[in-house]
Formats: sequence, structure tokens, C-alpha cells
Amino acid sequence: MLKIWHMKQKQVAADAAEGPAKRRVTAAQLRAQKDITEISLPSTMKMDFPDPDDILNFTLTIEPDEGLYRGGSFEFTFAIGSQFPHEPPKVKCKQKIYHPNIDIEGNVCLNILREDWKPVLNLNAVIVGLQYLFLEPNPLDPLNKEAAEDLKNSKDMFARNVRSSMQGGYVRSERFDDVRKR
Amino acid sequence: MAVGYDVEKWKYLRRVLERAGPFTDKDSFDASMVKEALKDVKILVIGAGGLGCEILKNLALTGFKNIDVIDMDTIDVSNLNRQFLFRSSDVGQPKATCAANFIKSRVPDVNITPHFCAIQDKDIDFYMSFNSIICGLDSVEARRWINATLVNMVDWNNPDTCKPLIDGGTEGFKGQSRVILPKMTSCYECSLDMLTPRQAVPICTLATIPRQPAHCIEWASILEWPRVKGDLKMDTDDPEHITWLYTTALKRAQEFGIEGVTYTLTQGVVKNIIPAIASTNAIIAASCCNEAFKLATNTAPFLNNYMMYTGNEAVYTYTFEHERKENCPVCGEQNEPTNVTIRKDVKLGEWIEELKARADIQLKRPSLMGLGKSLYVQQPPQLEEKTRPNLEKLVSELVGNGEEVAVSDSALPFSLRLRVLYE
Repeated sequence: MLKIWHMKQKQVAADAAEGPAKRRVTAAQLRAQKDITEISLPSTMKMDFPDPDDILNFTLTIEPDEGLYRGGSFEFTFAIGSQFPHEPPKVKCKQKIYHPNIDIEGNVCLNILREDWKPVLNLNAVIVGLQYLFLEPNPLDPLNKEAAEDLKNSKDMFARNVRSSMQGGYVRSERFDDVRKR
Repeated sequence: MAVGYDVEKWKYLRRVLERAGPFTDKDSFDASMVKEALKDVKILVIGAGGLGCEILKNLALTGFKNIDVIDMDTIDVSNLNRQFLFRSSDVGQPKATCAANFIKSRVPDVNITPHFCAIQDKDIDFYMSFNSIICGLDSVEARRWINATLVNMVDWNNPDTCKPLIDGGTEGFKGQSRVILPKMTSCYECSLDMLTPRQAVPICTLATIPRQPAHCIEWASILEWPRVKGDLKMDTDDPEHITWLYTTALKRAQEFGIEGVTYTLTQGVVKNIIPAIASTNAIIAASCCNEAFKLATNTAPFLNNYMMYTGNEAVYTYTFEHERKENCPVCGEQNEPTNVTIRKDVKLGEWIEELKARADIQLKRPSLMGLGKSLYVQQPPQLEEKTRPNLEKLVSELVGNGEEVAVSDSALPFSLRLRVLYE
């Protein structure tokens, strides 16, 4: 099979010029393209591509029309690395918000973004997961411990805190970003 | 016959080179050429670490004469226990260079060329100049890169573009060696699902209830570093950065009454260091080098194609043929780009209509992208709007000759690759 080695060496130069050099699309781009073109967003979500030639970096805006976070406009950045889909996309919330599963740095606690990510999951699954966080904030997996405690102690107080934080107000000593939908 | 194998030290090597054995494939073994072949073979060793040192030593001592070694790392004091081509005075020096110098000083008739850089810094011509490549790497990412590069180089008009890749890997008492003939046997990507995924800890556990020292270290590197240091990129080779992570993690561990955070553990966690055992490296490197020798000389059948070595539960080795994955994103046939020839004056919009009319691909609403370039993307609406103006442009303005265009479509279960050639 591999006696090609020594014997064929002489004719290499002659055969080498076979059309222009091959330049291939990366596996990450290929998969991201497929995922992105298959996403169908509900009216409460919008994707934006600051550089339309770079589909590996984009933002997702979620504007929930029900639940405690209704009326807000929440922006997330997505960064898809070269190891996608073997590694999950990196997702961060751009605003400082009061949410039990999102800390004030914008880190998001969503199982499929980390420990439960699998290459068969796609970007749509991540987007659905993010949307769900605004409908059902989960106090059992807290990233913002205080917000989670508030939710556990009193749903009414938590709801009030969400409202004032979304208007750019304070919760305890922390001031949050105004995320009201414009 | 002056090819340098006539001296006494090669006496035993000559026995296998000069006559065929019972398992030698008589059609490909040629006793009159085999020494010449071994002398001329040019082999690339990727990685000059634990496996790399063993591999380089073995190759030089089995008669290989032209060896290149590439490694982007410098020598750390913790390498010295097993990376035996290095001495304490070499700490801080490039591994590739030191390894090459050492081999050269001990086996002077070997031509050995070091490359102190990342494998991604080298172009196709560089990889094309070797007959075979041996990897002694500790990173999945680097393996995937070299595997994909070698697979993409294959051009059946020229069999020499198929470069056998011999991949060795160890983890503690376990290891594997395998022979990959790009496009002929299963590739690294085909077997990617055999890897045990690294157990990730939920980020909320890190943030709220750490239970192990590693949780505190991960908290420091994943959450505290970006919070405190902002955009400063963490360099896991920078002792100052590791020290910062260590002290931050230690404070947190003390808060939660967790013991065991040390500087070494911090380094281990953030660099994902797996324990290296010198003798496992020696076993796997020996297997890899024997395969390289057999491939180069045809003196005996080579490994087909995967040998796993399990030393952690007594000793068990098993050799099997890992099959190609039909839909492998790197070597799968369906991912092979289809050549399409188009005229230079065709607009993108016209070309898309032509593609839709083709009975052999059956497209409905295709989205097209080039290399890091959106040509026309139908979904989501924001991208459609931004790429719509391209429909009026000539394809030849957007895509270079020989470049690939990826087509995705709801009617396609996979992405179609087209290689554009102009009339």
C-alpha cells in the first residue's frame, strides 16, 4: 500500500501543479452556519451581527413578553471558538442585571453552556435555554446568591427588586443597568 | 552501498533491512532499496516533551537520518524528571532546539532540524516536505489541527500527498498509539467521540458552594480573574498569574474550610495538566517509532490501526481497526468539496438560481458562506439584509479561484462544500 514512499518520490514535482491551492472552510464555521441558518426566532428575540462576515461573534437580544422580566431588553454576546461544537459557545450578558442565574459580571449559569454541553446540541438549544431563564429564574442554581435568596424568601419582594433593578435602580447597595425596552 | 548502515553499530538493524521476514509483504519490500529509503525518509516529530524526547531518541537510534522537530514550548524545571534530553542549565530554553542539539551531540550522523514555533505557524509546503509525521502531543486541539491539515492535503492525483500520521498519547498509566493514513483509514476526528469529556463543574457550584480545592481554583480563574483583571488575558505560563490565582483560591478555600489548595495544584487545574509517567511514555513512543520504521522500510506489516495500552488495571493491550466515520467532518466523503466551474461574469444571485435548478443537489433556500465571508445568508433576517447587496456582485469579486463555499439549506441534512473554479 505504501511503497508509494520511496519509489514515487521522483515524479512528485511534475504532478504537484494541480489547480489552485485548496482553501477550506473551518469545521466551526460550517457548523455555526448550519445552526444559525436553522434558527427561527420568535418575535421576542433578535440576533445582530456587528460584522456580517463573522458569524462566530454575534449578539442576541431577548425581550420577554411574559414573566417577571417582561418589558426588559436583555443583550447577550455569543463567541464561538474554533473548537465548536466540541466546546460550547461563550455567552455573556452585556448588562448588569439582577437575576439569580446571572451574576453582575454577566456570567450565565445555564447547564448546557458548561457541564451538560454536547456537540449534538445546537445554538437554538442555547437560545431557548436563555429565554427560559427569564421566564423561570431558578433559585436552586444561584450565581447571584442574594437574588436567589430573595426569590426563595418572598416571590413578591423578588418581583419588586426585579422591577426596580430593570429601571436602573438599586437593590441593596448595588445599582443595576436600565434595561427597559425602548 | 555507502549509506551509513555498514558499521558495527547497525549490525542488528541490517538483519531486518537485508532480508525479508515471514510477515514481510514481498511486493513492497525491496532489499536493494530499503537502506536507501530509510536514509532518505524525512520525518517530522511534533512535540519535544515527554513523548517527544523518547521518540527523537528512538528514531535516531533506529537509523532515521532526517528528522525535524517542532515545539512551541520552553523547558520548565518540572520537565526534567522525564524529558531526558534536557538539563537544569536548559531551563527556559526552547525544547525543540535543546532536544535537537542533544540528539546531534550523541548521534552525529543524524540531520536534525528544530522549529521553535506553533504547528499552525507552518504552511502546507512545510508539511508536504515530509514523508511521515509522528505526534507526541498533550493537546486535543493541536492533534485536530494537524489531522485536518494532513487530510486536506491529500490529492489522489499524487499519492505522495498522503502523509502517514502516527499519533501517540499517554495519560498516567494509560496510552495509545495509532497509525492514520489520511483519507484511507479513520482519522483523529473520526474517533473524537471516544474521548472522555473533561468533567465540568456547574458554574453555580463554583460561585456558591465549592466543595473541593479544584472548585476554588476554577472559581479564581473563571470568575475572579475576569472580574478583577478585566481584559487582561490570563497566561498560564506566567508565574505571576499563577501566583495570583493561587492566593485568590487559597483565600476562598479558607473561607469554606477546604484544604489542599497548593501552587502546584493551581498550575495543574488551570493548565489541565495530566500526570505523566516516564515509563508509559517510553512504551508508547517505542510503539510509535516501530510503526514509523515499518512504514518507511516495509520490513513488516504496520499497525492497523489503533493500539490501546491500559496499564492502570494490571496490564491490558488491545489492537483494533478503528473504522472511518462516514460523516466525519474532516475526512468523510460527503464532506468532500464538489468542484463547480463558473464563468467570471456571473452574479451571485444568478449563481444561486443556477444551484437551485440543479437536480443533483435539490436546494430550497440556500445560504452561502466563503472563508470567513458571508456571501448570502437567508436567516436570520438581520444577516439576510446585510448580505442582500452581494446578490448583485460578481461571484468572482467575492470568492477566490479554488476557494471553498459552504452551502447550508433546510433541505440538506449536512452542509455542502463547493470548490469554486473559474472558466
